[in-house]
Amino acid sequence: MENLQLIIPELFISIMIMFLLIFGVFKKNSSQLVYNLTTVSLVATLALIINLDTQIQSSLFNNSYNIDSLARFMKILLILSGIFVMLSSSKYIQISKISKIEYPILILCSILGMMVMISSNDLIVFYMGLELQSLALYVLASFNRDNLLSTESGLKYFVLSALSSGLLLYGCSLIYGFSETTNFNQIMVNTKEIEYGLTFGIVFILVGLAFKISAVPFHMWAPDVYQGSPTSVTVFFALLPKIAALTIFIRFLYIPFYELGDQWQMIIIFLSIASMVFGAVAAIGQKNLKRLIAYSSISHMGYALAGLSTGSTQGVQSSITYITIYLVMNLAFFSCLFMLKRNDEYYENIDDLSGLSKNHPLLSLSLLVVLFSLAGIPPLAGFFAKFYIFVAVINEKMYFLAIVGLLATVIAAFYYLRIIKIIYFDPEKEKFESKHNLGLKFTLVASTFFILAYFIYPSGIVDIISQININ
Amino acid sequence: MNFPILSSLILLPTIGALFIFFVRSSNSQYQSSKYVALFITLANFFLSLYLWIVFDKSIVNFQFVEEREWISGFVNYKVGVDGISILFILLTTFITPICVITVNATIKNRLKDFLIAILILETFMIGVFCSLDLVVFYLFFEAGLIPMFLIIGIWGGERRVYSAFKFFLYTLLGSVLMLVAIISIYWITGTTDVIKLYELGIDAKYQNLLWLAFFSSFAVKTPMWPVHTWLPDAHVEAPTAGSVLLAAILLKMAGYGFIRFSLGLFPDASLYFVPLVYTLSLIAIIYTSLVALMQEDMKKLIAYSSVAHMGFVTLGIFTMTQQGIEGSIFQMISHGLVSAALFLCVGVVYDRLHTRLINRYGGLVSIMPKYAIVFMVFTLGALGLPGTSGFIGEFLVLMGAFKKNILVATIASLGVILGAAYMLWLYKRIIFGKLINEDVKKMVDLKRFEIITLWLLVLPIIFFGFYPEPLINSIEVSVANMINMNDLDKINKLALGE
Repeated sequence: MENLQLIIPELFISIMIMFLLIFGVFKKNSSQLVYNLTTVSLVATLALIINLDTQIQSSLFNNSYNIDSLARFMKILLILSGIFVMLSSSKYIQISKISKIEYPILILCSILGMMVMISSNDLIVFYMGLELQSLALYVLASFNRDNLLSTESGLKYFVLSALSSGLLLYGCSLIYGFSETTNFNQIMVNTKEIEYGLTFGIVFILVGLAFKISAVPFHMWAPDVYQGSPTSVTVFFALLPKIAALTIFIRFLYIPFYELGDQWQMIIIFLSIASMVFGAVAAIGQKNLKRLIAYSSISHMGYALAGLSTGSTQGVQSSITYITIYLVMNLAFFSCLFMLKRNDEYYENIDDLSGLSKNHPLLSLSLLVVLFSLAGIPPLAGFFAKFYIFVAVINEKMYFLAIVGLLATVIAAFYYLRIIKIIYFDPEKEKFESKHNLGLKFTLVASTFFILAYFIYPSGIVDIISQININ
Repeated sequence: MNFPILSSLILLPTIGALFIFFVRSSNSQYQSSKYVALFITLANFFLSLYLWIVFDKSIVNFQFVEEREWISGFVNYKVGVDGISILFILLTTFITPICVITVNATIKNRLKDFLIAILILETFMIGVFCSLDLVVFYLFFEAGLIPMFLIIGIWGGERRVYSAFKFFLYTLLGSVLMLVAIISIYWITGTTDVIKLYELGIDAKYQNLLWLAFFSSFAVKTPMWPVHTWLPDAHVEAPTAGSVLLAAILLKMAGYGFIRFSLGLFPDASLYFVPLVYTLSLIAIIYTSLVALMQEDMKKLIAYSSVAHMGFVTLGIFTMTQQGIEGSIFQMISHGLVSAALFLCVGVVYDRLHTRLINRYGGLVSIMPKYAIVFMVFTLGALGLPGTSGFIGEFLVLMGAFKKNILVATIASLGVILGAAYMLWLYKRIIFGKLINEDVKKMVDLKRFEIITLWLLVLPIIFFGFYPEPLINSIEVSVANMINMNDLDKINKLALGE
């Protein structure tokens, strides 16, 4: 009998999904209630995960489902981000008239999918989680179905994502064909000799994963989907799938393909450099804040990949640190975006920020902190994120990658500065509403404070992350 | 002594900034936030003065060292001072209150934000001068960009956006390579602690590349020719207090960095690159002096003169002689005082006439006699007349240079003449001549707070001109130690003896 205690969080979420679905159908006008219940059940899930015995390194279901320190940390990160996303976007959903019972349930479904992905130790389990996540996301992207952009983004995401899933699946089948197993650990054992089919398999899988993480050159969907989706979905896109995708990247590269490092290292380096540079350059001309943050996140994924490309434990840990800080920064940024509201309408163009600092000094200050942090200027958290990455990269003597990455930060600094310029140096415009719900305010204050005060005690997160075992 | 005096120096301005931030903003309280800022900066000045008094000038080692674990197992927060850095801290804490006093006339809107920016900037500037860990140094060095960017961008002149961006991106581009070098040093030696690095030394085969990476950052910040172009723009557009801080302190970070890191950590590489630095310094001295001669805009003229003066500084540092380095440090302190004063002088007339064009003025001596006197002192200080602090610095630098290379020293001396030319000509065009413009006639002489700030600067310039002993005394041991420790003299002699 399997030790089902270890997957109580997943079971709990599944039960909640079914319960909320039935509850929402039978009780009329319960969308807000379902939303709140979803948030509560996420908090409960978080408690359940934290409650699990930390010492246990165990795998379930014939070694296909892993409960280890990596999974645990990433799940906590995932659920925490989920809670904050729910807290910050509740008002937005009501005002944009997308407050339906399906919305929070789809979010739960996709979170469940991500949790499966994070824990997976088997090609099939991994693919199942991935598809559960993606299917929910397709619907969420086009949730505002009266809006042309939203529908377009949903369709675009669906078509492209399906294509990449196809490639991924083909890669999986090739790997299975050459290693005779779907289990990650077994693949590592069975692939001592490099064969062409295996290399092709790796490449296909990496392409599929790069798509999910929106790394260049598989990034084309990101700007459109980010811009078209409702902002509450965009923030979800910007945070949670990245956690799951990065974790599965780590698992693939460091368990089944670990011995084949020289096969994938160049690919990851290329993805990393291309994402860093392209993300920085393409964001310069953007006028829409959501589109801009899409390019910015492409660039940030490049840095996270740079950490992975080192092939060292330290590199992986630096990537995990990077993604943690990246989540907080994006959360803060989107909270600011949710505050740009006037007469029940949300504003998302860069020009709308013009002269914001005169009417909304505190909001502008938060944006200032977030943007400088995204640009990686010390002493803010964003600097430390990049710093750890470069420490790991330079340790492996990959100077070229480090220098390109740092030059890309200078290019990227330009467009972050441009937003700051518009906020602080330009003439003011009409005021935005200054009343916001508590959840949103709390999210913004907490995330901004984290970014600002990170330098006081940078060891905290690093110490936690350094305890994560990869292999 | 257990009291963490250096950390207090670093933190005090930030606490003041937080205090001002949390005080409710209404017009009546603007005044009070100014007094808070003044109080905090003055307290910081007296604290640093106390530090200078109790500082033991005969000891080679770093004093008041504080060390705390910071990024676990990797970087420690470590601060400490020696005879060199203590002077820069003193300069910083001396100039900042003066900037706070000037905001009265120059800053019309968002006074509170401006004071917060200045106080935060002071924290970072002091942090740069007392950090004894490369990562901590980098952190402070870069962080200073944020407040300065805002100071130029929000309160600057017409082309403020362009200048702020240029300032930020130039400096950032320069420093990213330094970050690569710092991390590389960590992996080569296993530490980023400056004191340990002094003891360990860095293998000569790595030094050249590392030196270049540090150089790229410091050269932009100094600024050296040909990456000096951000400076005139930044100076011209920045508000008076911003220009003062930029000229008096931010530029000195680079000179300090050259001494502390380039010479201290990479002695072999420094020697190898001496011709490069000599060449760039000489070009800076001669070329920018000529450019300064032709300027129509007062602030631009002073900005170019800063580049020329910093040329002397880099020249002096890389003579690697006792006199040269001491001269450079003295020159930096002196230039910090003189250039701050000159920018304040420009601010005084700019506040009245709202133009910086030299030809709009003329004949000020008859209507603003008090102004004419202090401006005279600063002009003479800038051109290095004996009896002002500017003379000591230039003289020592040239003495060091003559010891090493007569040709270089001769060319540099020409720069002194050019410096006299553009400064005196500036003075003549503004102060003397006929009163032609109607609006100039209406200008009033110095107000009380202007008199206070300007005379506060006159005093040290003349005092140290006649009696440089306190400053020299403070740096002598540290500089001698720097030279002995790295066997710079021996390396020098070997190089000459070929």
